Amino acid sequence: MSEAEHARLSRRQVLRQVAGVAAGTAAAGLLAWRLHDPTGERGKPAEPELSLPQGGYAVEPSTVLPALGVATGQSVAALVKGAVDAIGGMGRFVHRGDVVVIKPNVAFERAAALGATTNPEVLRALVTLVREAGAREVRVADNPIESPEACFVRSGVQRAAVEAGATVYLPTPRDFRTLAVPGATWIARWPFFHRPFVGATKVIGVSPVKDHNLCRASMTTKNWYGLLGGRRNQFHQDIHGIIADLALMMRPTLVILDATRVLFRSGPTGGSLSDVRPGNTVVASTDSLAADAFGWHELLDRRSEPLPAYFEKSAARGLGKPDWKSQHVKRVQVG
Amino acid sequence: MASTLVIPGWEKHKPKPNKDGSPWWARTFRITRVRIVSQVFFFSLFVFLLWCTWFSRLRGYPVSLFLEVDPLVGVATALSTHTVYRWLWRGLFVLVPTLLLGRVFCNWMCPYGTLHQFVGWVFNIWTNKNNIDRNRYRPSYQIKYLILAVFLVMAALGSLQIGLLDPICLLVRTFTTAIAPASDLAHVNLAAALRERMGLDPQPLIFLSSAPGAPEQRIFRGAWFVGLLIVGLVGMNLVIPRFFCRVLCPLGAFLGVLARFAPFRIKRDLSKCTDCNACLRRCEGASDPQAALRKSECFVCFNCIDDCPEDALSFGLGPIEFKDFIVGAPKKGGATLFGKPVISKIPETVKPAPAVPRRRWAFAVLGGVLAYPFLRLSAAVNKRGFNAKAIRPPGSVEESEFLERCIKCDQCIRVCPTNVLQPSTLAEGGLEGLWTPVMNFSVGFCQLNCTLCSEVCPTGAIQKTSLARKLGVGEHAPKGPISVGTAFFDRGRCLPWAMETPCVVCEEVCPVTPKAIGTYEETVTRWDGTKVVLKKPYMRPELCIGCGLCEHECPVLDSPAVYVTAIGETRSQDRSLLLETSRKSKEKS
Repeated sequence: MSEAEHARLSRRQVLRQVAGVAAGTAAAGLLAWRLHDPTGERGKPAEPELSLPQGGYAVEPSTVLPALGVATGQSVAALVKGAVDAIGGMGRFVHRGDVVVIKPNVAFERAAALGATTNPEVLRALVTLVREAGAREVRVADNPIESPEACFVRSGVQRAAVEAGATVYLPTPRDFRTLAVPGATWIARWPFFHRPFVGATKVIGVSPVKDHNLCRASMTTKNWYGLLGGRRNQFHQDIHGIIADLALMMRPTLVILDATRVLFRSGPTGGSLSDVRPGNTVVASTDSLAADAFGWHELLDRRSEPLPAYFEKSAARGLGKPDWKSQHVKRVQVG
Repeated sequence: MASTLVIPGWEKHKPKPNKDGSPWWARTFRITRVRIVSQVFFFSLFVFLLWCTWFSRLRGYPVSLFLEVDPLVGVATALSTHTVYRWLWRGLFVLVPTLLLGRVFCNWMCPYGTLHQFVGWVFNIWTNKNNIDRNRYRPSYQIKYLILAVFLVMAALGSLQIGLLDPICLLVRTFTTAIAPASDLAHVNLAAALRERMGLDPQPLIFLSSAPGAPEQRIFRGAWFVGLLIVGLVGMNLVIPRFFCRVLCPLGAFLGVLARFAPFRIKRDLSKCTDCNACLRRCEGASDPQAALRKSECFVCFNCIDDCPEDALSFGLGPIEFKDFIVGAPKKGGATLFGKPVISKIPETVKPAPAVPRRRWAFAVLGGVLAYPFLRLSAAVNKRGFNAKAIRPPGSVEESEFLERCIKCDQCIRVCPTNVLQPSTLAEGGLEGLWTPVMNFSVGFCQLNCTLCSEVCPTGAIQKTSLARKLGVGEHAPKGPISVGTAFFDRGRCLPWAMETPCVVCEEVCPVTPKAIGTYEETVTRWDGTKVVLKKPYMRPELCIGCGLCEHECPVLDSPAVYVTAIGETRSQDRSLLLETSRKSKEKS
């Protein structure tokens, strides 16, 4: 700065400059103080944790109604209605204004006839029943193993759901939140497909009856696998423990065992019609262990073999009664 | 009386006719405006077709249309394969107009050209005088012809490299691997913010997603480079307007060569032109409209006609040069042409052919002749020295034929629903295979019932394949399913084999029936005394199709305990693994 310019600096200018620098320093200091993170903990992302409602989505247990409703016959719509009616009808489970999440098994990109996914006609009948019972909204959701869109389209579930008036929820990258499952061995905190559950009041699982390479049978309890994200491929290291955790995680309103077809070998993927036999049966229950045990004995026809270990593990937690024979089973024959 | 006359308001505002007597709307409805409408239309169509290149949006749209009408794709693959695949005859849609009108494609249809022009226009900070200088022809504009020559010679020898710089291939690839995923990242975060912060349902915005229903953000190897390249190339417009189109574009060069035959061109009326150079202000092609028009450079954008203050420029039939009919010397003044005085001091009006000296053409041809062995001999494409991880999509033709066909447009990669198809980096494909599709099973897997990549491939590098052919059912049963490779177990990393820990996710997900992964059951006592029943997996190679679902789902993420390599792919007898499959591949379906 030349002497001449120096001479021109007025007192006011000097004061203004000094005040400006002081204010800037103070603001920077304040900001640093507000953002200060001495341990490095504050900078870590806060992970919001999610909980499902206390007691899950179950309705009041009944002492008079049958524990299992088993419908046999040809007409799929009548099978679903018959099975649900046998345990009290849809009116027992879904009331006017309910928001219902239905979880089919759409894990693989397979045509419905191959039995690896929930029969879309069963889903259609179920969505219709739920809507007729007064549900405000029906959401169909699953997190498949293969490409979600393709799985939903190829299996026919997409079309059946939409035509029956449900909304399909496919998983997108931001749809998973950590779910707290108190008491679970492995999945006490695990990424959960939460978007369909925002505001949901009832949850219905509807799964096919499938052979499974590791846990021997994949039915309504194993079906909740499709609500989880994250490193699911670690689950096989204790598959029975995981299924017992799944039973703990989700206390559904109702489960439907879709045995219109039975994938009796090469499960859970199948892929050949020779792996599938007609079952012509639909089972409804509030107890997924009872329904699955029924499926093991009567539908997979494995009476001579002991139940897979996950039944006992889940039952030990008081999550159901695999001993279906000692319970009230109502069998109906429909058209 | 006249002073009391009331003029209605609308009469006062009525636009005045032009000085030359043409109606006022001739100022608005100009050919350059029509051109802009055309550019917007074709750019939108291009984006729309890319948007449609997705499982739930295909609906039979011709999603590879721009690649098919690109005549360089048709001509170069015809040189390399001696065939014109499927829809590539559509190149005539561009070829014929070019032979009549010149390079209209470049400034009326090409989406990449439109992008360059738009960016150059938006970020143009120059004065008119500067712009005139920046739009003068430069010798470096010959480079594109040399690039074209190199690529065509290489194509004729069997290595198709036009896709490196062909503007349509380049833009499709850039959208696929860089722009669409970037836009999806923004969309997913926007949707989450709407839902979580504002409680709104973001579902109506799903159209913004390029990959609706994809469970995870799509990723593409080397996206940074593709992204950087387009930013660099588009950014060059700030230095040299239409840099890519003028200097590098092999398609532009190809059309430029053809343009010499076009009977229509920009004509300069020597009796009106005052050599003011105003026509250069917005000249897109740097084609010297103020002097001898370089037909091979002219994009037929019509800006020069718009800008000419003397109305000396027009577009019409101009098959010959008038220079020889001038009487007198234009530079000294007083010359006449057909009786009219010649005002312009430049008597030449047209230069039909690209200004590339013959020796430079020869040099480029030589370059192509050398480039072919340099690239091809870097790695063998047959049974020796091929890359184990260069796994091609199902339906691909045998490797040397693949390299004759693949234009690196990455449409297959765009449509792949599981993200398994990735642009090859130098690691898998070398320079010759750069950006060609290879599978990366750490990212995705080849879905059993999917043949979308074969549907969209414009050149038949992935041949249109029916699902029955892929699965080897029905009439294709004797040949068996298409296998893209074979899975192997690394027993040193497999949980049941090496760590006494139950797993067999691989067996669970194996989609073929009967399963290509079997298990041995074994009860072992672990270090802590607990007994555990282990199922130890093994491969049944004759059943494996190399889909990679096992590798994708293997919990040993970083270097999976079951992994697919290219050996055993059905497309190549050289790379078969089993005697059994060798026999099958020779069966007639």
